[in-house]
Amino acid sequence: MDTAKNIENAGLYLHIPFCIKKCSYCDFYSITDLSLKEAFLKALISEMHMVSGGSLLFDTLYIGGGTPSVFDEVCIGRIIETAYSLFNILPDSEVTIETNPGTVSRKRLAGYRGAGVNRVNVGVQSLQDVNLDFLGRIHSGKEGELAIRWARQSGFDNIGLDLIYGIPGQTIKSWLLDLKRAVELEPEHISCYMLTYESGTPMDRDRKKGIFWPAPDSHVCDMFETTIDLLNSSGYAQYEISNFARSGSDGLKSFKSRHNQKYWSFVPYIGLGPSAHSFVESERCWNCRSVNKYIKELNAGRLPLTGKELLNKEQRIMEAIYVGLRRTDGIDVDIFNEKFDVSFKKIFAETIARLEEDGLIKLTENRCSLTRKGMLFADSITSMLI
Amino acid sequence: MKNIRNFSIIAHIDHGKSTLSDRLIQATDIVSDRDFHDQILDTMDIERERGITIKSQSVCLPYSARDGQTYTLNLIDTPGHVDFTYEVSRALASCEGALLLIDASQGVEAQTLANLYLAMEHDLVIIPVINKIDLPSADIERVKGQIEKDLGLDPEKAILISAKEGLGIEDILEAIVQKLPPPSGDSGAPLKALIFDSHYDSFRGTIVHFRIFQGKIKPGDLISFMSNKAVYKVEETGIFQINRVPQKGLSAGQVGYLIAGIKTVSDTKCGDTITLKNRPCKTPMLGFKEAKPVVFSSIYPVASDDYEELAVAMEKLKLNDASLIYEKDSSAALGFGFRCGFLGLLHLEVVQERLEREYNLSLILTAPSVRYKLIMQDGSTIIIDNPALYPDPTVIEHSEEPFIRASIIIPDNYMGTVMKLCLERRGINRNYQYLTNDRLEMIFELPLAEVVYDFYDRLKSVTQGYGSFDYDIIDYRDTDLVRVDILINGERVDALSQLVHRDRAVERARLACERLRDEIPRQMFKIAIQGAIGGKIIARKTVSAFRKDVTAKCYGGDITRKRKLLEKQKKGKKRMKMVGKVMIPQSAFLAVLKTDND
Repeated sequence: MDTAKNIENAGLYLHIPFCIKKCSYCDFYSITDLSLKEAFLKALISEMHMVSGGSLLFDTLYIGGGTPSVFDEVCIGRIIETAYSLFNILPDSEVTIETNPGTVSRKRLAGYRGAGVNRVNVGVQSLQDVNLDFLGRIHSGKEGELAIRWARQSGFDNIGLDLIYGIPGQTIKSWLLDLKRAVELEPEHISCYMLTYESGTPMDRDRKKGIFWPAPDSHVCDMFETTIDLLNSSGYAQYEISNFARSGSDGLKSFKSRHNQKYWSFVPYIGLGPSAHSFVESERCWNCRSVNKYIKELNAGRLPLTGKELLNKEQRIMEAIYVGLRRTDGIDVDIFNEKFDVSFKKIFAETIARLEEDGLIKLTENRCSLTRKGMLFADSITSMLI
Repeated sequence: MKNIRNFSIIAHIDHGKSTLSDRLIQATDIVSDRDFHDQILDTMDIERERGITIKSQSVCLPYSARDGQTYTLNLIDTPGHVDFTYEVSRALASCEGALLLIDASQGVEAQTLANLYLAMEHDLVIIPVINKIDLPSADIERVKGQIEKDLGLDPEKAILISAKEGLGIEDILEAIVQKLPPPSGDSGAPLKALIFDSHYDSFRGTIVHFRIFQGKIKPGDLISFMSNKAVYKVEETGIFQINRVPQKGLSAGQVGYLIAGIKTVSDTKCGDTITLKNRPCKTPMLGFKEAKPVVFSSIYPVASDDYEELAVAMEKLKLNDASLIYEKDSSAALGFGFRCGFLGLLHLEVVQERLEREYNLSLILTAPSVRYKLIMQDGSTIIIDNPALYPDPTVIEHSEEPFIRASIIIPDNYMGTVMKLCLERRGINRNYQYLTNDRLEMIFELPLAEVVYDFYDRLKSVTQGYGSFDYDIIDYRDTDLVRVDILINGERVDALSQLVHRDRAVERARLACERLRDEIPRQMFKIAIQGAIGGKIIARKTVSAFRKDVTAKCYGGDITRKRKLLEKQKKGKKRMKMVGKVMIPQSAFLAVLKTDND
């Protein structure tokens, strides 16, 4: 179990903006020109020097992307070492790296482990090649499986596996097959994302052109429910709309992503690297979405910030509701009331009563959370509460 | 007094009245070229944009005639729409003569006739003027033929002009001097002046526009309005030369303004008579009528918390528009608003547009209604114009609705389509006559409610713009009235109820349901939209539910993006109305009222 103290510690996110190939559905920022890797690494280290976290105490370090595993264990080691030397990173921190099965080897994974990474997240996405082809992934289902095995063999005892469902042509049966195989690989954590057509992505353009038909909503909803049922019965508890984690063998430790929970709990995080967002004391700022500019700015001794906003109370309430309702344990009403100096139950009494009647929301003594049915309408429900 | 001429220009819309006024003003040099702009008498944006005149204005033009004498020509500009017929009649009553302006290619139209009749009722001397003679499509001989046959005027006396090109303007000025009689009236008699308009000035209060028929007026006089006996002390008198030009006093025959610390224009009524408190005239001017609204609708702010702002805006608008009447109204669906009475649909649109534009408000208007008489079982009569107040139908013995007599002038090849349109609208064809070989005047008796809906647009459309239309309310007749309700997921939305003839109920209900279906976004549940009379469903449409609405991932940068979307939605919510669980956008309310069928 996470203690409240853990939650209040900050998270450090490092964005590695490189990929071997862009996946057609993905809207995270990355480029495929790997010749900039060295210059980027230098810039990232400069940025760490310039930011350095102040008085914040960190208990997670998350190397995401992009595809961080385009960097070998030496580079990743340098990054982690620099982070430790410049930020107050607590002992027993969670140190995660995202990997693409197409970019890892047993040696590299073992190297990451040796460099201080203690959690690895593998972008398996599917274990069936037909789906992987559609998604534009660079690896096969077999390679995905292998990456998980190698990670385990490299000594990782906290492995996350990502899957995508709702792929055109995918049947419930086929999705169940993916899920079952994933469970058989015994990762500590499974993320299951509904395929979303993000505007600006090649996949979204193809959809709009009618090159393929998206899976019908009713299908996707069935898959969502199937996912929860199967994973719950296999020992993975849902803790966020798309995230599931096993409990440790002692029943106390949880394998929920400590870092990602920070995004949903309003605790500070610092993001470095192109397009990364930081959130500290109601202020959110973010870096430019360009590797070149990022490098240029840092070489000139300037922070590569491109946007900043100070959240007012109304905005903070909006975000607290949105992220809170995504978590299965929901919004802690007492904390909400204390934080915003309001009465949650009073201001939303009418709407919540209606949503409760429709079986979409649950309100207990001090928690407000979505039901399974409600989760499918999380966005609509949020907009009813703002 | 013998050197004064008071005249007005009467014309159908688009026949060039504003352009001619502009030329007359320019010819007499009261405005420098630098200060001049087109449609100079139309001071409101909406008048210029739509090319219509809503308020009467007057302008005093000094003119050195060919006979060597200087004349004062008072041009009284009148509104050009059937909604404002009464205002037109008061302006005409202030004149001795009128220019009847006819477009050389369009010829005589219904409104030309209607206005000519009005002018004749006031014994005005008419000078026919044929405008736009420079157009290739001009057919002067044909128009002269119409002047002789349709209007019974001497076509040889018609003046040929092109206001746009400035041709014949001098001829008009000379004709005004030579052919129109000077005003008569005893300056020594007790004051008798006719109010033909008023407007509001935020510094000086109400500015009253009037014509003196006898007596004199000057600052310091105590005046009295004969309809309500209100007494004011005159602060300033003067004439309009685009701007106000103060004068020491005005006397019989003159046209001008007075300022007397009058707070709202509602205190001065168009058609009322001004006299001196201490030396009143014996009888007021004939023909005073209180302006009567004929179309009613409720106005609500889209965001309920804008009600106070709307209230302030209505009050301010009322200062300048005495014919607008309103009272507080409320709706379960839309909150607080105002029930308003208008002179016609154009007036309604003008008010809506001014509120939205000048006061920056977003509004929802309910379906325009006419005023019905309900004769109850117990013999009493109630008058309603608001569907919300429609009583239980079992206590109504019968209902009556207002009818109009409509004059429609069309080229005769449209006779069939116009006949069809009017019959569809429950019209009765009373008469028709050929005005010329190919032009026809058709007289119909029509329920006003059918005309209020979208008749004028339809007429324009089926006659490809050649049809013209004018009407008078004649009487109340028996009708089969029902209230059509709109239910959303079983809940009645009061603001969408309409009073309609039973024969039209299904069609209206179906149309409303279709438009709502198209405008209401899909939500988490199925939305049933029904049209009903009492408990009986007569139309039904459904908005299907969506199955899911959830974002798959939510990490660092996703949160800002999502929040921005939520902020946008929150803003949008202010333009939504909740009916039960269903969010209905403002656009849905507006779509239901849209009158076009396409």
